[in-house]
Amino acid sequence: MTDRPEVDDHSGTETTGHTWDEIKELNTPLPRWWMTIWLGTIAIALVYMVLMPSWPLPWADTYLKGLRNYSERANFEKDMVKLAASRGPAEQKLANTALDAVENDPELLNFAMAAGKSAFGDNCATCHGSGGVGTIGYPALVDDVWLWGGSLEDIKFTITHGIRGTSEDTRFSQMPAFGRDEMLTKGEINDLVEYVVSVSGGEADVKAAQRAQLTFEDNCSVCHGETAKGMRELGAPDLTDADWLFGGDRASIAETITNSRNGVMPTWSGRLEPWTIDALAVYVHALGGGE
Amino acid sequence: MSDSSARKGMGLDVITLGLFLSVMALVSLFLTANTHDPLMKVHAVILLAASVLGIVGLFMRAAGGLNFDQSRYEEGIIKAGVIATTLWGLVGFLVGVIIASQLAFPNLLYFENIGWLNFGRLRPVHTSAVIFAFGGNALMVTSFYVVQRTNHARLAGGVWPWFVFWGYQLFIVLAATGYVSGVTQGKEYAEPEWYIDIWLTIVWVTYLLVFLGTLWKRKIKHIYVANWFYLSFIVTVAMLHIINNISIPIGLTEHKSYSLFAGVQDAMTQWWYGHNAVGFFLTSGFLGIMYYFVPKRAERPVYSYRLSIVHFWSLIFIYIWAGPHHLHYTALPMWAQTLGMTFSIMLWMPSWGGMINGLMTLSGAWDKLRTDPVMRMLVVSVAFYGMSTFEGPVMSIRAVNSLSHYTDWTIGHVHSGALGWVAYVSFGALYCLVPWVWKRARLYSNDLVEWHFWISTIGIVFYITSMWVSGIMQGLMWRAYNSFGFLEYSFVETVEAMHPYYIIRAIGGLLFLIGALIMAYNLWRTARGDVRKGENVPDAAPLSIAIPAVQ
Repeated sequence: MTDRPEVDDHSGTETTGHTWDEIKELNTPLPRWWMTIWLGTIAIALVYMVLMPSWPLPWADTYLKGLRNYSERANFEKDMVKLAASRGPAEQKLANTALDAVENDPELLNFAMAAGKSAFGDNCATCHGSGGVGTIGYPALVDDVWLWGGSLEDIKFTITHGIRGTSEDTRFSQMPAFGRDEMLTKGEINDLVEYVVSVSGGEADVKAAQRAQLTFEDNCSVCHGETAKGMRELGAPDLTDADWLFGGDRASIAETITNSRNGVMPTWSGRLEPWTIDALAVYVHALGGGE
Repeated sequence: MSDSSARKGMGLDVITLGLFLSVMALVSLFLTANTHDPLMKVHAVILLAASVLGIVGLFMRAAGGLNFDQSRYEEGIIKAGVIATTLWGLVGFLVGVIIASQLAFPNLLYFENIGWLNFGRLRPVHTSAVIFAFGGNALMVTSFYVVQRTNHARLAGGVWPWFVFWGYQLFIVLAATGYVSGVTQGKEYAEPEWYIDIWLTIVWVTYLLVFLGTLWKRKIKHIYVANWFYLSFIVTVAMLHIINNISIPIGLTEHKSYSLFAGVQDAMTQWWYGHNAVGFFLTSGFLGIMYYFVPKRAERPVYSYRLSIVHFWSLIFIYIWAGPHHLHYTALPMWAQTLGMTFSIMLWMPSWGGMINGLMTLSGAWDKLRTDPVMRMLVVSVAFYGMSTFEGPVMSIRAVNSLSHYTDWTIGHVHSGALGWVAYVSFGALYCLVPWVWKRARLYSNDLVEWHFWISTIGIVFYITSMWVSGIMQGLMWRAYNSFGFLEYSFVETVEAMHPYYIIRAIGGLLFLIGALIMAYNLWRTARGDVRKGENVPDAAPLSIAIPAVQ
């Protein structure tokens, strides 16, 4: 163990003379480029501190505001004012225009579609899927099958008040849970399933379907109609088409009859601006199946 | 070396540890009997079992005649630490691959009825396993090794270092079982609840005392730089841990607690903690590893003593201020954001001081990069350290942060530091330590180290490049507006766009795990004393088998 500095052969630099477990240290001076850049970053930091809000002054209950007098909050408010100025007129116009007149004004239609797409992505796509393609339990909005109506006003009403939502005027209907509440026996339900399969054009057990004829008339036709074509006023789906909200296989149909479904869509009035709801109605109407 | 310094039977250390474990057994017995909280009951039983096992173990060791030969280094704990580091590393990387796959294929890997297997529960298991279990054990084992060797002193405290080791493993078990069952205070990287925090505090303060006690006994006048870094890591982590975890339990037999801080004060305390966990756990501590293992392996003197002094003090002085850059554009007052950003910028060169000292120590031994894959791993770790500590200050600039914040870019940044720097420097240390403490002339296979190095490096590149692309794309999509001022993309569209990059990331993580498995196999065979056929050439690396004794 030596405590005397020695000169390293390779670099020609002196060591500090210390040794730890055979490790030595060279006494190389601080790299100049390193010091220069470091001092540079300190200078930049100091300038930034002078320009921007920086050190707190707790004794005066304030802080150094900086030469630029920069404020995130003030900037935000300015941005919002700017946005209101640039977009406000179009919002007003949309709110004051009858929905079916929007498509006659290309500029307004453009605005409504942009606003609708944006609002749809943030609020509706969660359930209805990107672009309204739908999934099990959540209706597709791109086809022409509508439970509660596909006109602009129908769509606007549905968005505003929701389905089984919290609004007093919300769309409401309730299919009974025929099995769970013991209104029909398992056998009757199985026959009904065959009946539903047969009216929707599937290959069904004809005898079972015939047995269910009377059960259907007594229990289902009130809402779904005698020809099973559904009833818009009640939100009762058409059972004769190939479109199924909760699945059209036998097990899914049996589950629907046994336990019922009764999905919920929130009431959006009070959550979204009226003009946003108008824009959504226009957007959804244009997705493919608007009436 | 004389037998007179060897001690037999019950010393003060054994008596104090026995008393402590008895108190711990009584407290956990009380908790077990009185708690109505099923989650706490599980932990109380674990604590009780651990204290009973501890007492039995201590008794058996003492009865067999504890022989702590003060003229020799404590190496048993180094072996235990090497094994723990390797095993926890594998666990942490595996959980990482699982949660990365869950993000890539959320429909396939979502378990409706096995809640604890889902992302929300497993994510803290991954972060804690790699940072605290893998990283923490790597720091503990290397610090115990380095502080003995560079001070020519056996670890202080007799059996207490073993308490630190096993107590820390117990902390990891309590934390991880807590996360999967829902015991969490919801603070990132500080999830364990109050009683686990108290346990860690006891273990950590003991760790500090063991480290200081060993320094106190040193036979070398000057304290080597690696020890400064280790000491700053141990002291600061104790302070961060205690302050960030001050909370009020809803009852002494309940696992739940509430933080003493509220709102933005809580956020600021949390990120003061969080950022300095990066600074003092993942930087300072691992620089300690670098300062010992790089010059040792390269057989070259450290590049600059002066640089190590200046960058040490500037690093620890500046790091502690930088936390607010995690809270840009939040409710945190603007002035605090400014300080967070400016101190982060001033931190760039102090961080690079470590990189320069690491890389330039190689001057005169650059050929080792070609011949010694362990040396290459250590050097690449320093290069990743340099890259991450440049990227960090850049991301702390508010204008950059407005794009990068909350995106995968942050995840990529963290992993270039965690995989490239922290893990690689630890792997390098493990490859050195196993032959040293198991007294083997060489590693089982250098070729396998090459395989480990290249597979893992490709994995890291996959990981960080995919996260750069995905993060910047994410940031740009979030801020894209159309001509009317409406958002161009919905959130779910940005998530869809991430999908291919999440797959690449999961593949990168898998490669990294495979590399670590190769390492574990290699280390195991090395410890057994095997040498792979066809590789029986003298090891290029230096061997510290000599001087097992305190000089």
